[in-house]
Amino acid sequence: MSELERVGPRPPAPIGLLAELTHRCPLGCPYCSNPLSLDKRVSEMDTATWMRILEEANSIGVLQVHLSGGEPAARRDLVDLVAHCASLGLYSNLITSGVGVTEALVKQLDKAGLDHVQLSIQDCEEESADRIAGYKGAFARKRMVANWVVASGMPLTVNAVIHRANVTRAGRMVEMAIALGARRVEVAHTQYYGWALKNRAALMPSREEADAAWNEVEALRKKIDGQIVIDHVAPDYHARTPKPCMGGWGRQTLNVSPTGKVLPCHASETIPGLEFWNVGDHSLGDIWENSPAFNAFRGVDWMPEPCRSCERREIDFGGCRCQALALVGDARATDPACHLSPHHGIMAEIAHRDSAPNREAAYSYRRMETLAEG
Amino acid sequence: MTDAGREFAPSAKPRLLRGVRLKHDEVRGGYILLAPERVVRADPIAVAVLQRCDGIRSFADIVDELCAVYKGDRERIENDVRVLLVDLFTKRMIGI
Repeated sequence: MSELERVGPRPPAPIGLLAELTHRCPLGCPYCSNPLSLDKRVSEMDTATWMRILEEANSIGVLQVHLSGGEPAARRDLVDLVAHCASLGLYSNLITSGVGVTEALVKQLDKAGLDHVQLSIQDCEEESADRIAGYKGAFARKRMVANWVVASGMPLTVNAVIHRANVTRAGRMVEMAIALGARRVEVAHTQYYGWALKNRAALMPSREEADAAWNEVEALRKKIDGQIVIDHVAPDYHARTPKPCMGGWGRQTLNVSPTGKVLPCHASETIPGLEFWNVGDHSLGDIWENSPAFNAFRGVDWMPEPCRSCERREIDFGGCRCQALALVGDARATDPACHLSPHHGIMAEIAHRDSAPNREAAYSYRRMETLAEG
Repeated sequence: MTDAGREFAPSAKPRLLRGVRLKHDEVRGGYILLAPERVVRADPIAVAVLQRCDGIRSFADIVDELCAVYKGDRERIENDVRVLLVDLFTKRMIGI
Protein backbone atom coordinates (compact mmCIF):
# COMPACT_ATOMS: atom_id res chain seq x y z
CA MET A 1 0.00 0.00 0.00
CA SER A 2 1.34 3.37 -0.94
CA GLU A 3 1.65 5.83 1.88
CA LEU A 4 0.15 8.42 -0.42
CA GLU A 5 -3.04 6.48 -0.84
CA ARG A 6 -6.03 8.56 0.16
CA VAL A 7 -8.60 7.38 2.66
CA GLY A 8 -11.48 8.57 0.53
CA PRO A 9 -11.91 9.58 -3.09
CA ARG A 10 -10.78 13.03 -4.15
CA PRO A 11 -13.63 15.50 -3.99
CA PRO A 12 -15.04 16.54 -7.37
CA ALA A 13 -13.64 19.81 -8.68
CA PRO A 14 -15.52 22.92 -7.54
CA ILE A 15 -17.69 24.77 -10.07
CA GLY A 16 -18.19 28.14 -8.42
CA LEU A 17 -16.26 30.60 -6.31
CA LEU A 18 -18.07 33.22 -4.26
CA ALA A 19 -15.56 36.02 -3.82
CA GLU A 20 -16.69 38.22 -0.96
CA LEU A 21 -14.45 41.13 -1.88
CA THR A 22 -15.56 43.34 0.98
CA HIS A 23 -18.13 43.52 3.74
CA ARG A 24 -18.49 47.27 3.22
CA CYS A 25 -21.94 48.17 1.86
CA PRO A 26 -23.91 51.41 1.84
CA LEU A 27 -27.18 49.52 2.35
CA GLY A 28 -28.38 48.06 5.62
CA CYS A 29 -30.75 45.31 4.44
CA PRO A 30 -32.01 43.44 7.50
CA TYR A 31 -32.00 40.11 5.61
CA CYS A 32 -28.32 40.26 4.68
CA SER A 33 -26.63 36.85 4.74
CA ASN A 34 -23.27 38.28 5.82
CA PRO A 35 -22.11 37.36 9.32
CA LEU A 36 -23.05 39.65 12.21
CA SER A 37 -19.36 40.31 12.76
CA LEU A 38 -18.31 42.12 9.58
CA ASP A 39 -14.72 42.34 8.36
CA LYS A 40 -13.22 45.85 8.43
CA ARG A 41 -11.66 47.55 5.45
CA VAL A 42 -8.14 47.40 6.91
CA SER A 43 -8.32 43.61 7.10
CA GLU A 44 -9.37 43.15 3.45
CA MET A 45 -7.03 41.33 1.07
CA ASP A 46 -5.12 43.30 -1.52
CA THR A 47 -5.52 43.09 -5.29
CA ALA A 48 -2.53 40.81 -5.87
CA THR A 49 -3.88 38.22 -3.44
CA TRP A 50 -7.30 38.22 -5.11
CA MET A 51 -5.59 37.82 -8.51
CA ARG A 52 -3.75 34.76 -7.18
CA ILE A 53 -6.98 33.31 -5.78
CA LEU A 54 -8.63 33.69 -9.21
CA GLU A 55 -5.69 31.93 -10.87
CA GLU A 56 -5.79 29.08 -8.36
CA ALA A 57 -9.58 28.81 -8.69
CA ASN A 58 -9.24 28.49 -12.45
CA SER A 59 -6.57 25.82 -12.15
CA ILE A 60 -8.66 23.62 -9.83
CA GLY A 61 -11.69 23.71 -12.13
CA VAL A 62 -13.80 26.66 -11.02
CA LEU A 63 -15.90 27.87 -13.96
CA GLN A 64 -17.86 30.78 -12.53
CA VAL A 65 -16.73 33.53 -10.16
CA HIS A 66 -19.35 35.49 -8.26
CA LEU A 67 -17.94 38.87 -7.25
CA SER A 68 -19.89 39.80 -4.20
CA GLY A 69 -19.70 41.35 -0.74
CA GLY A 70 -20.90 43.58 0.85
CA GLU A 71 -20.96 45.87 -2.12
CA PRO A 72 -18.17 44.83 -4.51
CA ALA A 73 -18.21 48.25 -6.20
CA ALA A 74 -16.73 49.58 -2.97
CA ARG A 75 -13.46 47.95 -4.11
CA ARG A 76 -11.40 50.22 -6.37
CA ASP A 77 -9.85 47.19 -8.10
CA LEU A 78 -13.18 45.72 -9.25
CA VAL A 79 -12.52 46.36 -12.95
CA ASP A 80 -9.03 44.83 -12.69
CA LEU A 81 -10.42 41.71 -11.03
CA VAL A 82 -13.08 41.34 -13.74
CA ALA A 83 -10.42 41.77 -16.43
CA HIS A 84 -8.34 39.09 -14.73
CA CYS A 85 -11.30 36.69 -14.74
CA ALA A 86 -11.77 37.37 -18.45
CA SER A 87 -8.11 36.76 -19.24
CA LEU A 88 -8.29 33.42 -17.42
CA GLY A 89 -11.53 32.46 -19.17
CA LEU A 90 -13.46 32.48 -15.89
CA TYR A 91 -17.13 33.44 -16.14
CA SER A 92 -17.60 36.58 -14.04
CA ASN A 93 -20.81 37.50 -12.26
CA LEU A 94 -21.16 40.78 -10.38
CA ILE A 95 -23.59 40.67 -7.46
CA THR A 96 -24.34 44.28 -6.62
CA SER A 97 -26.74 46.55 -4.75
CA GLY A 98 -26.17 49.11 -7.50
CA VAL A 99 -25.39 51.83 -4.97
CA GLY A 100 -21.94 53.20 -5.72
CA VAL A 101 -22.12 51.94 -9.32
CA THR A 102 -21.76 54.73 -11.89
CA GLU A 103 -22.45 54.73 -15.62
CA ALA A 104 -18.71 55.00 -16.22
CA LEU A 105 -18.06 51.93 -14.05
CA VAL A 106 -20.68 49.92 -15.97
CA LYS A 107 -18.91 50.82 -19.22
CA GLN A 108 -15.53 49.85 -17.79
CA LEU A 109 -16.86 46.53 -16.49
CA ASP A 110 -18.44 45.81 -19.87
CA LYS A 111 -15.15 46.55 -21.62
CA ALA A 112 -13.24 44.41 -19.11
CA GLY A 113 -15.41 41.44 -20.12
CA LEU A 114 -17.90 41.09 -17.28
CA ASP A 115 -20.30 38.29 -18.19
CA HIS A 116 -23.34 38.97 -16.01
CA VAL A 117 -24.74 41.52 -13.58
CA GLN A 118 -27.02 40.59 -10.72
CA LEU A 119 -28.77 43.60 -9.19
CA SER A 120 -30.78 43.46 -5.98
CA ILE A 121 -34.09 45.25 -5.55
CA GLN A 122 -35.81 45.53 -2.18
CA ASP A 123 -39.34 46.21 -3.42
CA CYS A 124 -41.19 47.58 -6.46
CA GLU A 125 -42.42 50.60 -4.47
CA GLU A 126 -39.86 53.29 -3.83
CA GLU A 127 -40.69 54.28 -0.27
CA SER A 128 -40.83 50.69 0.95
CA ALA A 129 -37.71 49.71 -0.98
CA ASP A 130 -35.66 52.50 0.54
CA ARG A 131 -36.96 51.75 4.02
CA ILE A 132 -35.98 48.08 3.70
CA ALA A 133 -32.53 49.03 2.40
CA GLY A 134 -32.11 51.68 5.09
CA TYR A 135 -30.91 54.06 2.37
CA LYS A 136 -32.86 56.92 0.84
CA GLY A 137 -32.45 57.09 -2.92
CA ALA A 138 -31.35 53.46 -3.36
CA PHE A 139 -34.42 52.53 -5.42
CA ALA A 140 -33.95 55.36 -7.92
CA ARG A 141 -30.26 54.54 -8.24
CA LYS A 142 -30.96 50.87 -8.92
CA ARG A 143 -33.32 51.76 -11.76
CA MET A 144 -30.55 53.82 -13.35
CA VAL A 145 -27.99 51.04 -12.92
CA ALA A 146 -30.40 48.55 -14.52
CA ASN A 147 -30.77 50.86 -17.53
CA TRP A 148 -27.01 51.27 -17.92
CA VAL A 149 -26.43 47.52 -17.72
CA VAL A 150 -29.14 46.71 -20.25
CA ALA A 151 -27.85 49.45 -22.59
CA SER A 152 -24.37 47.88 -22.41
CA GLY A 153 -25.74 44.54 -23.62
CA MET A 154 -24.62 42.62 -20.55
CA PRO A 155 -27.29 40.23 -19.23
CA LEU A 156 -29.10 41.53 -16.16
CA THR A 157 -30.58 39.48 -13.34
CA VAL A 158 -32.85 41.20 -10.87
CA ASN A 159 -32.68 39.66 -7.45
CA ALA A 160 -35.61 40.13 -5.06
CA VAL A 161 -35.65 38.77 -1.52
CA ILE A 162 -39.15 38.18 -0.21
CA HIS A 163 -40.21 38.87 3.39
CA ARG A 164 -43.10 40.39 5.33
CA ALA A 165 -42.71 43.95 4.02
CA ASN A 166 -42.91 43.01 0.32
CA VAL A 167 -44.52 39.56 0.28
CA THR A 168 -47.74 40.85 -1.28
CA ARG A 169 -45.79 42.29 -4.23
CA ALA A 170 -43.73 39.28 -5.38
CA GLY A 171 -45.52 39.16 -8.72
CA ARG A 172 -45.13 42.89 -9.26
CA MET A 173 -41.40 42.58 -8.64
CA VAL A 174 -41.18 40.02 -11.43
CA GLU A 175 -43.08 42.45 -13.67
CA MET A 176 -40.68 45.20 -12.65
CA ALA A 177 -37.73 42.98 -13.59
CA ILE A 178 -39.26 42.45 -17.04
CA ALA A 179 -39.88 46.19 -17.42
CA LEU A 180 -36.25 46.88 -16.48
CA GLY A 181 -35.12 44.59 -19.30
CA ALA A 182 -33.75 41.80 -17.12
CA ARG A 183 -33.10 38.45 -18.75
CA ARG A 184 -33.47 36.60 -15.46
CA VAL A 185 -35.15 37.23 -12.11
CA GLU A 186 -34.45 35.52 -8.85
CA VAL A 187 -37.33 35.56 -6.39
CA ALA A 188 -35.96 34.20 -3.14
CA HIS A 189 -37.90 33.85 0.05
CA THR A 190 -35.63 34.96 2.89
CA GLN A 191 -33.15 32.40 4.14
CA TYR A 192 -32.63 32.96 7.83
CA TYR A 193 -28.89 33.24 8.43
CA GLY A 194 -26.69 36.08 9.63
CA TRP A 195 -28.62 39.33 9.83
CA ALA A 196 -31.79 37.66 8.58
CA LEU A 197 -31.78 35.28 11.54
CA LYS A 198 -31.32 38.22 13.89
CA ASN A 199 -34.27 39.97 12.19
CA ARG A 200 -36.45 36.93 11.77
CA ALA A 201 -39.34 38.27 13.87
CA ALA A 202 -39.42 41.42 11.73
CA LEU A 203 -39.17 39.54 8.42
CA MET A 204 -41.24 36.37 8.66
CA PRO A 205 -44.43 36.45 6.57
CA SER A 206 -47.39 34.31 7.54
CA ARG A 207 -47.75 30.94 5.91
CA GLU A 208 -50.76 32.23 3.93
CA GLU A 209 -48.77 35.21 2.65
CA ALA A 210 -45.79 33.06 1.67
CA ASP A 211 -48.01 30.55 -0.12
CA ALA A 212 -49.89 33.30 -1.96
CA ALA A 213 -46.62 34.90 -3.10
CA TRP A 214 -45.32 31.53 -4.26
CA ASN A 215 -48.48 30.77 -6.25
CA GLU A 216 -48.56 34.25 -7.77
CA VAL A 217 -45.01 33.92 -9.15
CA GLU A 218 -45.61 30.37 -10.41
CA ALA A 219 -48.78 31.51 -12.20
CA LEU A 220 -46.80 34.34 -13.74
CA ARG A 221 -44.13 31.90 -14.89
CA LYS A 222 -46.68 30.15 -17.10
CA LYS A 223 -47.98 33.42 -18.48
CA ILE A 224 -44.66 35.01 -19.40
CA ASP A 225 -42.91 31.90 -20.71
CA GLY A 226 -39.80 32.85 -22.65
CA GLN A 227 -39.74 36.56 -21.66
CA ILE A 228 -37.64 36.12 -18.57
CA VAL A 229 -36.05 33.23 -16.70
CA ILE A 230 -37.52 32.92 -13.21
CA ASP A 231 -35.54 31.22 -10.46
CA HIS A 232 -37.70 30.76 -7.40
CA VAL A 233 -36.31 29.95 -3.95
CA ALA A 234 -38.88 28.43 -1.58
CA PRO A 235 -39.49 29.53 2.01
CA ASP A 236 -37.61 27.05 4.21
CA TYR A 237 -39.85 27.40 7.23
CA HIS A 238 -42.88 26.27 5.26
CA ALA A 239 -41.18 23.44 3.37
CA ARG A 240 -41.59 19.66 3.64
CA THR A 241 -38.16 18.75 2.30
CA PRO A 242 -34.95 20.70 2.83
CA LYS A 243 -33.08 22.61 0.15
CA PRO A 244 -29.89 21.01 -1.21
CA CYS A 245 -27.84 23.66 0.56
CA MET A 246 -24.86 24.77 -1.58
CA GLY A 247 -25.57 21.75 -3.80
CA GLY A 248 -23.97 19.69 -1.03
CA TRP A 249 -21.28 20.69 1.46
CA GLY A 250 -17.86 21.04 -0.20
CA ARG A 251 -19.25 19.60 -3.40
CA GLN A 252 -19.65 22.49 -5.85
CA THR A 253 -18.66 25.84 -4.42
CA LEU A 254 -16.32 27.66 -2.11
CA ASN A 255 -16.60 31.09 -0.49
CA VAL A 256 -13.63 33.30 0.14
CA SER A 257 -14.22 35.95 2.82
CA PRO A 258 -12.78 39.49 2.57
CA THR A 259 -9.92 38.42 4.83
CA GLY A 260 -9.11 35.23 2.89
CA LYS A 261 -10.86 32.65 5.00
CA VAL A 262 -12.24 29.88 2.78
CA LEU A 263 -15.70 28.70 3.78
CA PRO A 264 -17.98 25.93 2.51
CA CYS A 265 -20.86 28.44 2.75
CA HIS A 266 -21.33 32.00 3.94
CA ALA A 267 -22.89 30.98 7.26
CA SER A 268 -20.53 28.11 8.11
CA GLU A 269 -18.54 30.19 10.59
CA THR A 270 -21.52 29.94 12.92
CA ILE A 271 -20.75 26.24 13.41
CA PRO A 272 -18.49 25.80 16.43
CA GLY A 273 -15.44 23.58 16.20
CA LEU A 274 -14.86 23.87 12.46
CA GLU A 275 -11.31 24.70 11.38
CA PHE A 276 -11.22 27.08 8.42
CA TRP A 277 -8.04 27.60 6.44
CA ASN A 278 -6.91 30.90 4.96
CA VAL A 279 -5.52 31.56 1.48
CA GLY A 280 -2.58 33.23 3.21
CA ASP A 281 -1.45 29.83 4.52
CA HIS A 282 -2.66 27.32 1.93
CA SER A 283 -3.43 27.15 -1.78
CA LEU A 284 -7.09 27.09 -2.75
CA GLY A 285 -6.72 23.52 -4.06
CA ASP A 286 -5.20 22.33 -0.79
CA ILE A 287 -8.02 23.98 1.15
CA TRP A 288 -10.70 22.47 -1.09
CA GLU A 289 -9.31 18.96 -0.72
CA ASN A 290 -7.87 18.91 2.77
CA SER A 291 -9.18 21.62 5.05
CA PRO A 292 -11.06 20.18 8.03
CA ALA A 293 -14.04 22.49 7.50
CA PHE A 294 -14.59 21.28 3.93
CA ASN A 295 -14.30 17.63 4.90
CA ALA A 296 -16.54 17.90 7.97
CA PHE A 297 -19.82 17.27 6.13
CA ARG A 298 -18.66 16.09 2.73
CA GLY A 299 -20.39 13.11 1.15
CA VAL A 300 -22.84 10.98 3.15
CA ASP A 301 -20.67 9.22 5.75
CA TRP A 302 -21.17 11.92 8.40
CA MET A 303 -24.95 11.59 8.24
CA PRO A 304 -27.03 10.32 11.12
CA GLU A 305 -30.47 8.83 10.61
CA PRO A 306 -32.94 9.59 9.13
CA CYS A 307 -30.60 11.00 6.44
CA ARG A 308 -28.17 8.06 6.29
CA SER A 309 -30.68 5.60 4.84
CA CYS A 310 -32.83 8.19 3.06
CA GLU A 311 -33.28 7.85 -0.68
CA ARG A 312 -32.94 11.64 -0.98
CA ARG A 313 -29.56 11.77 0.78
CA GLU A 314 -27.74 12.61 -2.43
CA ILE A 315 -30.51 14.93 -3.63
CA ASP A 316 -30.68 17.31 -0.66
CA PHE A 317 -27.55 16.16 1.25
CA GLY A 318 -29.41 16.41 4.55
CA GLY A 319 -30.25 20.06 3.94
CA CYS A 320 -28.43 22.88 5.66
CA ARG A 321 -25.90 22.33 8.46
CA CYS A 322 -26.11 25.92 9.67
CA GLN A 323 -29.90 25.73 9.95
CA ALA A 324 -29.66 22.43 11.84
CA LEU A 325 -27.28 24.11 14.26
CA ALA A 326 -29.32 27.29 14.61
CA LEU A 327 -32.65 25.56 15.19
CA VAL A 328 -31.80 22.15 16.67
CA GLY A 329 -28.46 22.99 18.28
CA ASP A 330 -26.58 20.26 16.39
CA ALA A 331 -24.89 20.85 13.02
CA ARG A 332 -24.96 17.08 12.28
CA ALA A 333 -28.71 16.80 12.70
CA THR A 334 -31.15 16.51 9.81
CA ASP A 335 -32.21 19.99 8.69
CA PRO A 336 -35.49 20.55 10.56
CA ALA A 337 -36.98 21.79 7.29
CA CYS A 338 -37.31 18.07 6.49
CA HIS A 339 -40.59 16.44 7.51
CA LEU A 340 -38.59 13.36 8.59
CA SER A 341 -36.68 15.39 11.20
CA PRO A 342 -37.97 14.75 14.74
CA HIS A 343 -37.73 18.54 15.16
CA HIS A 344 -39.69 19.45 12.01
CA GLY A 345 -42.52 20.92 14.14
CA ILE A 346 -40.37 23.78 15.39
CA MET A 347 -40.16 25.29 11.89
CA ALA A 348 -43.91 25.86 11.75
CA GLU A 349 -43.93 26.97 15.41
CA ILE A 350 -41.25 29.59 14.84
CA ALA A 351 -42.83 30.76 11.60
CA HIS A 352 -46.19 31.09 13.31
CA ARG A 353 -44.75 32.92 16.32
CA ASP A 354 -42.48 35.26 14.32
CA SER A 355 -45.15 36.14 11.78
CA ALA A 356 -47.81 37.00 14.35
CA PRO A 357 -49.56 40.19 13.21
CA ASN A 358 -48.81 42.07 16.41
CA ARG A 359 -45.03 41.57 16.15
CA GLU A 360 -43.04 44.79 16.16
CA ALA A 361 -41.43 45.14 12.73
CA ALA A 362 -38.36 47.13 13.82
CA TYR A 363 -35.29 46.16 11.83
CA SER A 364 -31.77 45.73 13.13
CA TYR A 365 -30.16 47.20 10.05
CA ARG A 366 -26.93 45.59 8.93
CA ARG A 367 -24.18 47.89 10.14
CA MET A 368 -20.50 47.56 10.91
CA GLU A 369 -19.59 48.10 14.52
CA THR A 370 -17.88 51.46 14.61
CA LEU A 371 -16.74 51.39 18.23
CA ALA A 372 -14.21 48.63 17.73
CA GLU A 373 -12.87 50.05 14.46
CA GLY A 374 -9.54 48.41 13.84
CA MET B 1 -41.10 36.15 -29.54
CA THR B 2 -41.86 32.77 -28.02
CA ASP B 3 -43.71 31.67 -31.16
CA ALA B 4 -40.79 32.66 -33.37
CA GLY B 5 -38.58 30.51 -31.16
CA ARG B 6 -40.88 27.50 -31.42
CA GLU B 7 -40.95 27.79 -35.18
CA PHE B 8 -37.28 28.57 -35.87
CA ALA B 9 -37.60 29.55 -39.53
CA PRO B 10 -34.90 28.04 -41.80
CA SER B 11 -33.56 31.58 -42.35
CA ALA B 12 -33.29 32.39 -38.61
CA LYS B 13 -29.70 33.05 -37.55
CA PRO B 14 -29.23 31.80 -34.00
CA ARG B 15 -26.43 33.17 -31.84
CA LEU B 16 -25.33 32.73 -28.25
CA LEU B 17 -26.48 35.80 -26.30
CA ARG B 18 -23.99 38.00 -24.45
CA GLY B 19 -23.18 36.30 -21.17
CA VAL B 20 -23.52 32.82 -22.66
CA ARG B 21 -20.31 31.03 -23.53
CA LEU B 22 -19.24 27.60 -24.65
CA LYS B 23 -16.01 26.72 -22.89
CA HIS B 24 -13.64 23.81 -23.07
CA ASP B 25 -13.28 22.43 -19.55
CA GLU B 26 -9.55 21.90 -19.05
CA VAL B 27 -9.96 20.18 -15.69
CA ARG B 28 -12.84 17.76 -16.37
CA GLY B 29 -12.63 17.49 -20.14
CA GLY B 30 -15.45 18.15 -22.58
CA TYR B 31 -17.38 21.36 -23.11
CA ILE B 32 -19.46 23.44 -20.73
CA LEU B 33 -22.13 25.98 -21.58
CA LEU B 34 -21.85 28.91 -19.17
CA ALA B 35 -24.75 31.35 -18.67
CA PRO B 36 -26.15 33.53 -15.87
CA GLU B 37 -26.18 31.23 -12.81
CA ARG B 38 -26.04 28.18 -15.08
CA VAL B 39 -23.31 25.63 -15.77
CA VAL B 40 -24.42 22.98 -18.26
CA ARG B 41 -22.36 20.13 -19.68
CA ALA B 42 -22.69 20.12 -23.47
CA ASP B 43 -22.61 16.75 -25.25
CA PRO B 44 -20.72 16.47 -28.57
CA ILE B 45 -23.87 17.06 -30.65
CA ALA B 46 -24.75 20.19 -28.67
CA VAL B 47 -21.18 21.41 -29.08
CA ALA B 48 -21.34 20.88 -32.84
CA VAL B 49 -24.56 22.90 -32.99
CA LEU B 50 -23.52 25.67 -30.61
CA GLN B 51 -20.16 26.22 -32.29
CA ARG B 52 -22.15 27.09 -35.41
CA CYS B 53 -24.54 29.49 -33.66
CA ASP B 54 -22.58 32.57 -34.70
CA GLY B 55 -25.36 34.86 -35.92
CA ILE B 56 -24.07 34.38 -39.47
CA ARG B 57 -25.11 30.84 -40.28
CA SER B 58 -28.85 30.26 -40.62
CA PHE B 59 -30.76 27.39 -39.05
CA ALA B 60 -30.83 25.72 -42.49
CA ASP B 61 -27.04 26.24 -42.90
CA ILE B 62 -26.40 24.59 -39.55
CA VAL B 63 -28.57 21.59 -40.44
CA ASP B 64 -26.87 21.31 -43.86
CA GLU B 65 -23.41 21.32 -42.28
CA LEU B 66 -24.29 18.75 -39.64
CA CYS B 67 -25.83 16.47 -42.29
CA ALA B 68 -22.58 16.68 -44.23
CA VAL B 69 -20.43 15.99 -41.15
CA TYR B 70 -22.50 13.25 -39.52
CA LYS B 71 -24.03 11.72 -42.68
CA GLY B 72 -27.26 11.17 -40.78
CA ASP B 73 -30.93 11.29 -41.61
CA ARG B 74 -31.75 14.95 -42.37
CA GLU B 75 -35.16 14.94 -40.75
CA ARG B 76 -33.75 13.57 -37.54
CA ILE B 77 -30.81 15.99 -37.44
CA GLU B 78 -33.09 18.93 -38.15
CA ASN B 79 -35.37 17.86 -35.32
CA ASP B 80 -32.45 17.45 -32.89
CA VAL B 81 -31.13 20.91 -33.72
CA ARG B 82 -34.59 22.46 -33.38
CA VAL B 83 -35.26 20.83 -30.00
CA LEU B 84 -31.92 22.03 -28.64
CA LEU B 85 -32.24 25.57 -29.93
CA VAL B 86 -35.86 26.02 -28.88
CA ASP B 87 -34.92 24.85 -25.40
CA LEU B 88 -32.02 27.30 -25.19
CA PHE B 89 -34.16 30.07 -26.70
CA THR B 90 -36.76 29.57 -23.96
CA LYS B 91 -33.96 29.68 -21.39
CA ARG B 92 -32.77 33.02 -22.82
CA MET B 93 -29.39 31.66 -23.90
CA ILE B 94 -29.92 31.87 -27.68
CA GLY B 95 -31.08 34.86 -29.70
CA ILE B 96 -32.23 35.00 -33.31
